[in-house]
Amino acid sequence: MVLLEIEGLRAEVEGKEILRGIDLRLPMGEVHAIMGPNGSGKSTLAYVLAGREGYTVTGGSARLAGEDLLAMEPEARAAAGVFLAFQYPVELPGVGNANFLRTALNAVRRARGEKEIDAVNFLKEARAALRRLSMADEMLKRNVNVGFSGGEKKRNEVFQMALLEPRLAILDETDSGLDIDALKIVAEGVNALRGPDFSALVITHYQRLLDHIVPDKVHVLSEGRIVRSGGPELAKALEASGYAGLAAEAA
Amino acid sequence: MPAVAETIETVSAVTEGGYKWGFETDIETELAPKGLSDETIRLISAHKEEPEWLLAWRLKAFAAWQNMTEPHWARVHHPPIDYQDIHYYAAPKKKAPKSLAEVDPELLRTYEKLGIPLSERAALAGVEGGQVAVDAVFDSVSVATTFRETLAKAGVIFCPISEAVREHPELVRRYLGSVVPAGDNFFAALNSAVFTDGSFVFIPKGVRCPMELSTYFRINARSTGQFERTLIIAEDGAYVSYLEGCTAPMRDENQLHAAVVELVALDEAEIKYSTVQNWYPGDAEGRGGIYNFVTKRGACRGRRSKISWTQVETGSAITWKYPSCILQGEGSHGAFYSVAVTNNHQQADTGTKMIHIGANTSSTIVSKGISAGRSNNTYRGLVRIMPKAANARNFTQCDSLLIGDKCGAHTVPYIESRNPTARVEHEATTSKIADDQLFYCRSRGLSEEDSVNLIVNGFCREVFKELPMEFAVEAQKLLAVSLEGSVG
Ligand SMILES: Nc1ncnc2c1ncn2[C@@H]1O[C@H](COP(=O)(O)OP(=O)(O)OP(=O)(O)O)[C@@H](O)[C@H]1O
Ligand SMILES: [Mg+2]
Repeated sequence: MVLLEIEGLRAEVEGKEILRGIDLRLPMGEVHAIMGPNGSGKSTLAYVLAGREGYTVTGGSARLAGEDLLAMEPEARAAAGVFLAFQYPVELPGVGNANFLRTALNAVRRARGEKEIDAVNFLKEARAALRRLSMADEMLKRNVNVGFSGGEKKRNEVFQMALLEPRLAILDETDSGLDIDALKIVAEGVNALRGPDFSALVITHYQRLLDHIVPDKVHVLSEGRIVRSGGPELAKALEASGYAGLAAEAA
Repeated sequence: MPAVAETIETVSAVTEGGYKWGFETDIETELAPKGLSDETIRLISAHKEEPEWLLAWRLKAFAAWQNMTEPHWARVHHPPIDYQDIHYYAAPKKKAPKSLAEVDPELLRTYEKLGIPLSERAALAGVEGGQVAVDAVFDSVSVATTFRETLAKAGVIFCPISEAVREHPELVRRYLGSVVPAGDNFFAALNSAVFTDGSFVFIPKGVRCPMELSTYFRINARSTGQFERTLIIAEDGAYVSYLEGCTAPMRDENQLHAAVVELVALDEAEIKYSTVQNWYPGDAEGRGGIYNFVTKRGACRGRRSKISWTQVETGSAITWKYPSCILQGEGSHGAFYSVAVTNNHQQADTGTKMIHIGANTSSTIVSKGISAGRSNNTYRGLVRIMPKAANARNFTQCDSLLIGDKCGAHTVPYIESRNPTARVEHEATTSKIADDQLFYCRSRGLSEEDSVNLIVNGFCREVFKELPMEFAVEAQKLLAVSLEGSVG
């Protein structure tokens, strides 16, 4: 079954067309990588799928398990199982990480008709997830992303993902800014979720992440269109030859 | 952590309700005739069986008031107040009760609805990790004070001020008006002339008050003003934490609340005074609501004494108040932590005054203003360093948060330094709830309203952490309710 089906998706930001007809099918249980030059529209696609205001859809559709994703509020998409790991995670001064996560988790659980988690059980689960990601418990006490290093912010995104258990994860350059050890840990975090009920779009510039998270498919985005799709070997070819040839090919 | 979950529950609980404290209690009330004159004052004084000196003090204040004019320097606007169209005294008809058992059950039910544990058993059951003694003031009179015996054993006096006038006249006479003189300002003079009740607290030398003290004020009767007077004295080395809360029914008329609070801290004494102010703010169109014109001042008379004001101001149509500290004792410290929220047509002009008189005195000001709707929120603060205040220090931080684009935030700091060794720091920021913050929260599953509450609570964190635990929770709930409907 196809979890995410994008057809002819067009979107603009501040009157400028960024996505110019995207087609993509992500079956359940698969992980697809999205690569492409800076400014090609990768983050824009991620935001459009997550429902960010100001990113106006001008054509096409996106369906999540058959449902019209684009008609839902951002929080409804989260409840439906969409999780976006931000390229630039946002700071929330004064808001404790534990507090934030438990509030989010319970909001999602309520929307899914599940029971809320109490503080004690939440802490237990959160600590276990932190251990799996080799992160310190102290992370829970700090304010959301405030004063976090670049790498800590990215790991915090993966930590949130682990707790919220999405069925569609969109990871926007979660590997940039990570040291080699952190990269492995983050990849393991993603791989741990892999299974028949989990799909992911992994946006990245680097093959080294895809050495750890081996994708089922690789798509190359250029100027708002997918110009090439292939297997994991496509990423390796790009690493060797760059995007220059591709753009020419598309034109 | 559970507080935010509670905030969210509260929001959903009140989505249809709005101001949920707006009910009216059906109780027989004794009212003084409308209007203000020597006669009214004599009547109030006689009702309270006051000594001659207090009546004389009141009449003098009234005479002073008649020669004063309403101040208009604050950034607030209201139609003229007709001081002759107000009842200056309203009391539940039954005689003052001797014990809780004698309190009118209708009154007890009112306080129960407000969530205030009045009966001592309820207090014991309802408040975890500590006990809270409560003085409840209904319109013009104190109706019940709890835990008096426990407190008396520790040597603490906590009673209605009208009772203190009878039982401890020497203390009242020594301190009343010693921090806020009867003729201090227009509203303080009015209060001095007509104050009806309020709380009196005395913590003797070396005593740490064994529990939180709190007073709940409730305006119930129509066309009445509330003029309570609170006096707190902490002798050498004493400590007390005191909290006041207040609510009023929803009415489409404006009602006047002009209180005076005086604090006195002697050598090494510490007074923490917290306010959760939730008077009726008026409706979404700006009809009705309380005019909250209050004078609060603390005197750090002793060396190394400390006074801190923590306030969460969510209610009232207009708030005009500047809790202040006179830092007289050497090395004394004053603090002001404030969250002021305005929504719809509310107006708040609030802040503090820190008057550094003694050497090595220090003060901290943290003000968080949140404006939504068409409201206006002004921080106005004075830091004055007198010539003898060598090495005085002040740190001021003023942050404003705007929700929407029809509201206003203003910061008006006044700094006067007359000692070259003093150091005064002032930081101010104004921000909007950023779209990326809102989207980040929503992408994690929080509704827009919950996201705003979370971000706003985060913004207020530094102030909320100064409140006693259980009141911090209450403050967060109030915030959620006040900002309801401000987004989307
Ligand atoms: N809010 C915005 N206002 C104006 N232009 C925008 C906005 N957001 C994105 N764009 C433009 O849209 C284009 C695509 O941006 P996007 O962030 O999607 O690229 P990307 O593929 O994620 O790039 P990178 O690899 O650098 O992260 C860029 O030209 C960018 O400048
Ligand atoms: Mg990007």
